[in-house]
Amino acid sequence: MKRFLGFVKKEFIHIFRDYRTLIILFGIPAVQILVFGFVVSTDIKDAGVAILDLSRDETTQKLTDKILSSGFFRKTGELLNYNDIDRIFKKGNTKAVIIFEKDLGSRLFREGTASVNIIADGSEPNVATLVSNYISAIISDFNREMNKTLLSSSPVVQPEVRMYFNPSLKSHFMFVPGVITLIMILICALMTSVTITREKEFGTMEVLLVLPLKPSQIILGKVAPYFLLSFINIITILILSWFVFGLPVRGSLILLLLETMLYIMMSLTLGILISTVSKTMQQAIFISAIGMMLPTILLSGFIFPIENMPKVYDYFSSILPPRYFIVIIKNIMIKGTGLQYVWKETLIIALMTLIFMALSIKKFSLRLQQ
Amino acid sequence: MRTILFLIRKEFLQIFRNRFIGRAIFAIPLIQMLILVPAVTFEIKYVNLCIIDNDRSVESRELIGKLEGSPFFRVKYYTWSEEKANELIYNNKCSAIINIPSGFGKELGAGRPVKILARIDAINAMKGQLTWAYLSGVISSYNENIIAESLPVVQATMVPRISVTGRYWYNEMLNYKYYMLPGILVILVTAIGFMLAGLNLVREKEIGTIEQINVTPVKKSEFIISKMVPFFIIGLADLGFGLILGKIFFNIPFEGSLLLMFLGSAIFLVAVLGLGLFISTFSSTQQQFMFVAFFFIIVFVLMSGIFTPFESMPMWAQKFDLINPVAHLIRFNRMVMLKGSGIADVARELLLLCGIAVIFTTFAVRRYRKTA
Repeated sequence: MKRFLGFVKKEFIHIFRDYRTLIILFGIPAVQILVFGFVVSTDIKDAGVAILDLSRDETTQKLTDKILSSGFFRKTGELLNYNDIDRIFKKGNTKAVIIFEKDLGSRLFREGTASVNIIADGSEPNVATLVSNYISAIISDFNREMNKTLLSSSPVVQPEVRMYFNPSLKSHFMFVPGVITLIMILICALMTSVTITREKEFGTMEVLLVLPLKPSQIILGKVAPYFLLSFINIITILILSWFVFGLPVRGSLILLLLETMLYIMMSLTLGILISTVSKTMQQAIFISAIGMMLPTILLSGFIFPIENMPKVYDYFSSILPPRYFIVIIKNIMIKGTGLQYVWKETLIIALMTLIFMALSIKKFSLRLQQ
Repeated sequence: MRTILFLIRKEFLQIFRNRFIGRAIFAIPLIQMLILVPAVTFEIKYVNLCIIDNDRSVESRELIGKLEGSPFFRVKYYTWSEEKANELIYNNKCSAIINIPSGFGKELGAGRPVKILARIDAINAMKGQLTWAYLSGVISSYNENIIAESLPVVQATMVPRISVTGRYWYNEMLNYKYYMLPGILVILVTAIGFMLAGLNLVREKEIGTIEQINVTPVKKSEFIISKMVPFFIIGLADLGFGLILGKIFFNIPFEGSLLLMFLGSAIFLVAVLGLGLFISTFSSTQQQFMFVAFFFIIVFVLMSGIFTPFESMPMWAQKFDLINPVAHLIRFNRMVMLKGSGIADVARELLLLCGIAVIFTTFAVRRYRKTA
């Protein structure tokens, strides 16, 4: 035990000696949370629209004003004919062109129907759908106002909505838990994946191998300081996301902290596992940064909900630990549920930790016999 | 010139000597691209509903039938217990609960408006809004039926309304693959070029082999260029292979000029490599470099407007993106590949990329000291 503590102390000294890296380690997650909390959002605002008004009457003027004053759109130009559409799209700032047909106003009151045509730039499909949905919503609002008196006297169903968990519809609620999950696993895995490969590359591994310590002790000793570091990190992040983004912790704080500890442990052992299979630091970095970054961003449900993906990806993403942690963290922080709703996810992460740990110890001791 | 060629040869030998890295620089981006591209979609195809029907009348069943008929809703659960419904929403089993009050049918029959309550899981705000929009749509078409039945025929047709028709240009089916493939490819190439070029230089510092270069008459610019060229070639090859695979597997369109695309990508690679080498001159260990580089990559990627719309970002973030080469190239690629924009349309992006490339490469050469 004393030997082990000595080893842990050595590791601590090793890490805390390097001020620059330490500052980076504490700075990066905090800065990233702040940046992405503000930046990653799918709300539409000030999207560029161009207007092709073939009618130019009172109704189209009213509609244009209503669309432009909604705050979602800004006008990038007024077009004169259909040929202008392609030209303005190719410049890239216009997301949609709104076309008012000829004699819109008079047709509306004479025939009762008139149509507005929206052409959206499909090269950015998500913006295109959002923009055309928003414009349609504004126009149907216009219809409703026009027929207000008629509708209020009729027997109609009036839906009333209550947005659960996120009444003001902030996209922070979706993305901040995701960013926490993403940053923690990547930073943790990167940190530990480099430590053992570094010893290998510099030849100090020999020294480690002749120590009277078991492989499991060496691995634990390597993990311990980073565990402390990451834990401090996650607490900073949680405090920041509370103060800056108003992200609540509706469930039990203790449960949340325990879960994050488990997640950190899992990420650190994943890093150790990567380091035992890599020969050089470059290789370790390659696997843990380049290999893991995109799958974690794309398949964990961080930005893109898993239920929208083809079924195969549902199975595929079930081997990615962040997927489970996002569920846990959203449940505890935002929905305020207890362990009974997240025990399955917790169990899976715990199991993954054990597997990663067992594999790294096994890999590590194999090297001892070489 | 000969010196540079020798140095470049040395770099290539070093890169491909590590068999893992030699294979991974091609395999990882291409495999990831093929796997990830089909997964990524913002399109929300359906949401699961839970219905609490306290009325159980003909009218309420009609409304439920309407909901069931909508392709957007899957009515998965019927229950009479509020508790059960709440549990479903907490378990992520359904994302909206619709509560039809008792007396629903009677009120409507008597010609009075009725309220129904929809509770929507809005953690994903976009999905919440979309669910609400579709729900309102279903209900207003239900209402129109009622009004049509209750009003005299002449009057019902006289309700003036503006209808909306929509089309999407350049990608009519809104195929997300067309949109994601260029972006994902760019991210992977960035990650590889940026990380490996910089790591390579820092590694020489950390191991001490840089001293051996420093004592030779190799010029600073020659050294930096020799570090750049191999990854420049690898990056372009990755992009080329990626586009070919994209054409084969996903049939992505190439509206614009291929030459222009490669011109843009080449300038972009110089910019990214220059930035990577510039950062590497500040770092003394691979670990330090790795964290800083990683920080920049994630910032570049998430702020590039690939996953979330560029316009949704606050003004300061849009300003920051002036020095984000990834943002420029992603815009550039989409415009050239999908819309067929010409060189005049993308001049701004090209010039900004050139600017970034020149500035950071110059910085990297100047910052690099041959004396320890």
